[in-house]
Amino acid sequence: MAQSLNRLKESASQTAGPYVHIGLTPNFAEIDGVYGEDLGISMVNDKTRGERVTIVGRIFDGTGTPLRDALVEIWQADAAGLYNSPSEMRGSADPNFTGWGRCATNMDNGEFRFETIKPGSVPFKDGRGQAPHVSFWIVARGINLGLNTRMYFGDEDEANGKDPVLARVEHRSRVATLIAPREGDTFRFDIHLQGEKETIFFDI
Amino acid sequence: MSDVRNSNLKPETGAFFQRDRDWHPAAFTPGYKTSVLRSPQKALLSLDNTLSEITGPVFGHNILGEHDNDLITNFAKPGEMAIGPRIIVYGRVLDERGKGVPGALLEFWQANAGGRYRHRKEGYIAPLDPNFGGCGRTITDEDGNYSFRTIQPGPYPWPNGINDWRPAHIHFSVFGHGFAQRLITQMYFDGDPMIWQCPIVKTINDRAAIEALTAALDREATIPMDSRAYKFDIVLRGRRSTMFENRMEGN
Repeated sequence: MAQSLNRLKESASQTAGPYVHIGLTPNFAEIDGVYGEDLGISMVNDKTRGERVTIVGRIFDGTGTPLRDALVEIWQADAAGLYNSPSEMRGSADPNFTGWGRCATNMDNGEFRFETIKPGSVPFKDGRGQAPHVSFWIVARGINLGLNTRMYFGDEDEANGKDPVLARVEHRSRVATLIAPREGDTFRFDIHLQGEKETIFFDI
Repeated sequence: MSDVRNSNLKPETGAFFQRDRDWHPAAFTPGYKTSVLRSPQKALLSLDNTLSEITGPVFGHNILGEHDNDLITNFAKPGEMAIGPRIIVYGRVLDERGKGVPGALLEFWQANAGGRYRHRKEGYIAPLDPNFGGCGRTITDEDGNYSFRTIQPGPYPWPNGINDWRPAHIHFSVFGHGFAQRLITQMYFDGDPMIWQCPIVKTINDRAAIEALTAALDREATIPMDSRAYKFDIVLRGRRSTMFENRMEGN
């Protein structure tokens, strides 16, 4: 017998369930007065640097029905490509930008919406630039382990064409599932959990 | 936004250990019916962590209110309290290397003592408790410790099979230091026979993984004539050391 590596196992995931709002967006769930405001509803303020954009979308199940009980979190760099995180060693991120947002999908139409800024480029492991992107994490009733994906910007064709992560996608027709088209200041990112238009999800 | 950032601890910047997806529940678990149409059918694309996954938000104590970790009083009218068995839930947030995770935001939510959630979409006939909201949050200390006070939730029927009931459970949402550590799970109570009958619990194949989600009654931590205590440790992904990290593509 060799020595033990003394590692623990990660706690197993369980679904967030249909009432995830009670814990993560209680004001949205009409549980007023416990927290001042729901965490993650505002990412920017008047002083935030960068181009203001809106990200909207819906999440569809295998029948094409939008999920009206999902919760979406996003994580992104600031306009200079720096993350507001203690693990960011390249410099200080914009103190007026959290980089993190949380939104419950609308209980009637299933839409999520983030008022944010367009992120700058962040280097890949080998130093090459990644195209501007936003990391998504999706939980809901029926989803046993949070789903990770990325949104890329539809007006960044050149950067997207050189992105080292998008380059890893074997089936090139699927790359489009990660690219949100631009309409004015809005980028629409619809997510399909399964079927023909299934979004690429990552094991990160 | 962080106390961790202002501490003397050197931030860690390594990639996270690969997730063991045989230990976690699979996406498609037909015994839990809603998973059938909400599970991706194509393979996940594996991606060794970049800065986008290694970094993550960290929250400061400035977001916390005085009663955020006390569900018995945080929704109650002045001088009143929630009805039900009074418990303290405490434990540590660790990573797979056994290191405490300081500054981790924990959020929790649950039904009341009768199994009723305070939510517009919920129609179970058990009544609401006017003094119980069901949400709380806290941040781990420098060693990864946390605790909160609540009432023990009741079991709860749900429309899956004809006669399916959830075991008593508390939902947990956990942030570590990187977005790739993000985790939502559920805590169960030792000795509850409903655990082993539940289609959501049974989305996990490994009995040891289920036992690791089951909190132990801790008589040494009870407060006499006040509250019993349950211990629940949470383990997040560990991370690689950066000391010999190279910058080559393709590992």
